[in-house]
Amino acid sequence: MTARSQLPKAGTELKAATAQLEAGPPGSECLVKIGGDWRLSEPVPLWTGVLGKRTAGSVRVVPEDLGKWDTSLVLFLVHGRAWCAKSKNDFHAEALPKNLQALLQQVAGTGEPKPLAKADAKSGWVLAGDMAKMWASHATEIVSFIGECTLGFMGAAKKPRRFRWTDCLVEMQQCWATSLPIVSVVSFLVGVILAFQAAIQLRQFGAAVYVADLVGLAVVREMGPMMASMIVAGGTGAGFAAQLGNMKVGEEIDALETLGVSAVDFLALPRLLAVTLMMPVLAAYANVLGVLGGMFVSVNVLDIPAAAYWVETQNSVGVLDVTTGLIKSIFFGLAVGFAGCLRGMKCERSAAGVGTATSSAVVTGVILIVLADALFGTIFNVLRI
Amino acid sequence: MKNDTPTTVIEVKNLACGYGETVVLQKVSFSVHPQELLFVIGGSGCGKSTLLRCMIGLLKPVHGDVAYFGKSFTAADTVQRRDILKTFGVLYQNSALWSSMTLAENVSLPLEEHTSLTREDRREITALKLAQVGLSGSEELYPSELSGGMKKRAALARALALDPAIVFFDEPSTGLDPITSREMDELILQVRDTLGTTMVIVSHQLSSIFRLADRVIMLDRESKGIIAEGAPRDLAAKSTNPRVREFLKQDEEFSKQTNHASAKKPVSISK
Repeated sequence: MTARSQLPKAGTELKAATAQLEAGPPGSECLVKIGGDWRLSEPVPLWTGVLGKRTAGSVRVVPEDLGKWDTSLVLFLVHGRAWCAKSKNDFHAEALPKNLQALLQQVAGTGEPKPLAKADAKSGWVLAGDMAKMWASHATEIVSFIGECTLGFMGAAKKPRRFRWTDCLVEMQQCWATSLPIVSVVSFLVGVILAFQAAIQLRQFGAAVYVADLVGLAVVREMGPMMASMIVAGGTGAGFAAQLGNMKVGEEIDALETLGVSAVDFLALPRLLAVTLMMPVLAAYANVLGVLGGMFVSVNVLDIPAAAYWVETQNSVGVLDVTTGLIKSIFFGLAVGFAGCLRGMKCERSAAGVGTATSSAVVTGVILIVLADALFGTIFNVLRI
Repeated sequence: MKNDTPTTVIEVKNLACGYGETVVLQKVSFSVHPQELLFVIGGSGCGKSTLLRCMIGLLKPVHGDVAYFGKSFTAADTVQRRDILKTFGVLYQNSALWSSMTLAENVSLPLEEHTSLTREDRREITALKLAQVGLSGSEELYPSELSGGMKKRAALARALALDPAIVFFDEPSTGLDPITSREMDELILQVRDTLGTTMVIVSHQLSSIFRLADRVIMLDRESKGIIAEGAPRDLAAKSTNPRVREFLKQDEEFSKQTNHASAKKPVSISK
């Protein structure tokens, strides 16, 4: 028979905790008898409940048939002691078990709940100043990182043999392999969605075949590059931040620096180049699948023959449209890689820091992509491309 | 006193370091002699690691200078800095092996970056370095496949790759069991005796201090600087500062105990 089976089952043999007041004449010492099993998980008497509205006097606590007890009893006694101390009366606990007395001694000085410290309210100006400082330091970080990367690329152009081509190829492969399935699904479905939306409007005019124009232009100029780069930002960009952040936490980046190897040259540049080179390839692939998605809807739902759809697409989408989309995607790739590497390298030295860096890399990447897209939109509009 | 002869390897002059507006250390001056085993000791939070980060250039000092072989490190330009960095190796607290590379790649990267050796030569030197720390045959393993003690050894091999004149250790025995920690100590001694490397070790492992240290520098949190300097046994016996005596006395008793215990242990294992 094991010792475990001899233990009383919780809840069955517990006696309710009691605290009884035996009050003498007013002003004299009063006796509090405590008994039963005191458990945090069970209801226990409260000091204020036991003393009722009685005015303060000295108190003596004695055990009477006291069973098992835990912090709930200590808390009860601490409240009692504080209650007595407040009215400068004596609190006698000498009759209690030795270990309980020792415990009370250890927590001396508690029992008077201190008011929660109010956070210093900062004035609006101070807050604005702090905010400005923070943004200024962020801006400095970004500008200096851009500078470091530029210098690094210039150095690599002078000595291309020193560039870590193997790492770059590995990262390209990684980027391609992780993004391809998602890019396939998403771009195909974007084509499908665009085709449905266009069909609702164009059908009213009996111009359903122009779905091909709309889908083709929208996908090639905007949605293909955009979707591909968003997916890469969420996958590869976040991956960069997590990798580099982990390396920072593990002092691996320090180890590079004290070796006289620039962490930017060694870690950031190959990744940056990899994702910048890979993005147009993925964008082109996304373009093809987007057009196929539109064609799928047209053939199956709108009863437009595939050949007609294809001819219409060829008529509407020019080389210039494809080129502008792909040029944009190069910059989107740069933005994604930049955000991932920046956030990773500036990661805080903690596990939470890596998490923050990763999510921040995605957010920064997406914002940069959209900003770049808006900028390109304006430029192309001015140039009438 | 002028250093015309190369009696100092590292000279720290009036160094102050800290993070942001908090000053951790100030007015720290000391020098390290050739082939010396210098321990930087002190309680937690006294700035041992901060001092190390300042000395190896990961943290910009607020004030003062660190000089290697008479050349200022703090004021060095990029080329000089790179030259100085080649003169020392660092063994980090978490070993800091590059996790995406095998041990062989880890050890040969410094050679790749700083020398024009051929791939074949690098491979041979790497094998040599790994053998020196007792890790022959582990060339193709990744850091994640190693135990803590093996990681430290591998990190030492990497720190020794360029045959540096100085090796810095950040708490070499943290996270190691007593036997592995003792083996690490022996390895450190072995390297010093065979290669004549100067060692600066940040540690509060009391047994290691008494076993290895030629000289210790004790930092203190309250005075934000050095409160004692000398041979550990002298300090334990004669220091005028009761805090230093307290720290080391406790340690001496402890080190006797651990020496005793670890002296017995191999016998029982060999049975």
